[in-house]
Amino acid sequence: MRRIESCFQRLAEQKRKALIPFVTAGDSSKEVTVPLMHAMVEAGADIIELGVPFSDPMADGPVIQKACERALAHGTSTHDVLAMVKEFRERDTQTPVVLMGYLNPVEALGYESFAKAASQAGVDGILLVDLPPEEALEIKPVMDAHELDMIFLVAPTTSDARIKLIGKAGSGYLYYVSLKGVTGSASLNVDEVAGRVETIRNLAQLPIGVGFGIKDAESAQAVSRVSDGVVVGSALVNQIAANPDNPGAINKAISDILAAMRNAMDQ
Amino acid sequence: MSERPDFSAFPDARGHFGQFGGCFVSETLMGALDDLAAMYERLKDDPQFRADFDYDLAHYVGRPSPLYLAERWSKQLGGAKIWLKREDLNHTGAHKVNNTIGQALLAKHMGKPRVIAETGAGQHGVATATVAARLGLECQVYMGAEDVERQKLNVYRMRLLGAEVIPVTSGSKTLKDAMNEAMRDWVTNVDDTFYIIGTVAGPHPYPLLVRDFQCVIGREAREQSLKQAGKLPDALVACVGGGSNAIGLFHPFLNDDGVAMYGVEAAGDGIETGRHAAPLSAGRPGVLHGNRTYLMEDDNGQIIETHSVSAGLDYPGVGPEHSWLKDLGRVKYVSADDKEALSAFRELTQVEGIMPALESAHALAYARKLAPTMSPDQDIVINLSGRGDKDILTVAAIDGIEF
Repeated sequence: MRRIESCFQRLAEQKRKALIPFVTAGDSSKEVTVPLMHAMVEAGADIIELGVPFSDPMADGPVIQKACERALAHGTSTHDVLAMVKEFRERDTQTPVVLMGYLNPVEALGYESFAKAASQAGVDGILLVDLPPEEALEIKPVMDAHELDMIFLVAPTTSDARIKLIGKAGSGYLYYVSLKGVTGSASLNVDEVAGRVETIRNLAQLPIGVGFGIKDAESAQAVSRVSDGVVVGSALVNQIAANPDNPGAINKAISDILAAMRNAMDQ
Repeated sequence: MSERPDFSAFPDARGHFGQFGGCFVSETLMGALDDLAAMYERLKDDPQFRADFDYDLAHYVGRPSPLYLAERWSKQLGGAKIWLKREDLNHTGAHKVNNTIGQALLAKHMGKPRVIAETGAGQHGVATATVAARLGLECQVYMGAEDVERQKLNVYRMRLLGAEVIPVTSGSKTLKDAMNEAMRDWVTNVDDTFYIIGTVAGPHPYPLLVRDFQCVIGREAREQSLKQAGKLPDALVACVGGGSNAIGLFHPFLNDDGVAMYGVEAAGDGIETGRHAAPLSAGRPGVLHGNRTYLMEDDNGQIIETHSVSAGLDYPGVGPEHSWLKDLGRVKYVSADDKEALSAFRELTQVEGIMPALESAHALAYARKLAPTMSPDQDIVINLSGRGDKDILTVAAIDGIEF
């Protein structure tokens, strides 16, 4: 069984929800990322979403735009990101790692060589925000062949027919974007999210992670009550922006946030 | 070219021109794009919609634009006769308004009270602010901070028209970053906002509908050539940034095998310097801003900053149909650098009394090389896509003059 599937299965048996932190690889330096990944697991993360930096992150708000700029300023390449995952796997063979980013850096390497390298590095899934399932017909069999899950987004604007389509196209989990906007936008409305997640459950079989607008233990707890997982990104990346030259402070600040979320979610 | 496809059958239903085009956006926008495609499909052959569009083009824009024989310049160059398709004479001074009239009609049909746009040189921003003023729509225009600086006149024009101009300070602070920011706005305000994209790029259906709205240029030029020159032109020349004026001129001639076509990209400091904006000449296929097309990118797929004296051509991508036409060999893509464009800008101004936009000056610069290789019984039609008033400060600064 693939790592993501078994992760959600194990959590379901324990009646717990997945805590899924996001950070951009190479932010604020290449050396920060792997220790931070381990620290996040120790603080209670179940799955890690690792951002692959892109020069034109159209779906991201200012916080993650700047994270991309910091990572690219010292030349974090897709190969570097894969090397980080490989290094992470030396000590952690359990925690699923999902690469999140945009299609063009993947296309630049070529689908086959990207998938092969990602799989060998120990990546479990990819989430490309500008790749809807209609355009994924070519890449999907390549990812399948290398046992990489393709995680697709579902939005507040997604029709029922599209939810069915996305549910069939994806594997691992579905990422429900809780609000119309970019990453790091204003707070989400939990009642609205609950209603939408219910709809998605009736139309698709996969576990549902919810992201965008989750900032603290309180919002993480509220969303975890109605979903299978909680994704937190900008709130963590803010901590990197605040301490770019201090990896220890980054690890501590992010671990504290995640530990508080974990605690609130498990209550 | 081996076998000629039926050009009118493209893009396909999902917006593909061969491997190019498509719809690469975040899920939040998919519904809005599907709605837009469906609305356009329903309206494009609707007699009332066509009539409304044609009425506005005639009475508000001032179409048809003339096809002007540049006799003195043709004689001076000593070759083919040069005809200028005078899009510079349109209301607001460029071809951009053809498209904003069309998209504003769509916005009205879809009941959206707010429009947004990205702009490079400011011509599309002005054309959007203009139609927004006329229809009473709220209008916000995203513009790279660098472009805000070099196109001050257009910024003020937009403000006078009641639009809010939002300077974009991320990335290279030019057109691509303005487009990123407009996309972010749209994804946030998708319910009440219509995004008026200014060129034949972006996700499907934009490359299709912008092309269709701009094809009035080529349809008129074809008719005018037959009437005034007594035959079809031998060559068409147009500048290519995103490529909307070029596709508008070229498309109605694509099935005319005898008509050669040249799309002129901005070579900036020179293709060999790497400081240019010529993805078709020196880029490779990738995905940006919703479509697959030729891009300027590095080995890691990061988009490279572009350079051109002309803000309207300063873009690392190009409309997907151009990428397809390049690979098919139907259109030849060439380039002109900053110096050549500036020199053509001065030459047309002095020889014909017509001051071209710096964008259009790239087309003139290439035609100046092409014309002498042809004979006086041959005809070149150049798309004079915009007028140069907006560029006077840029040219003056190059001349060392400050106002």
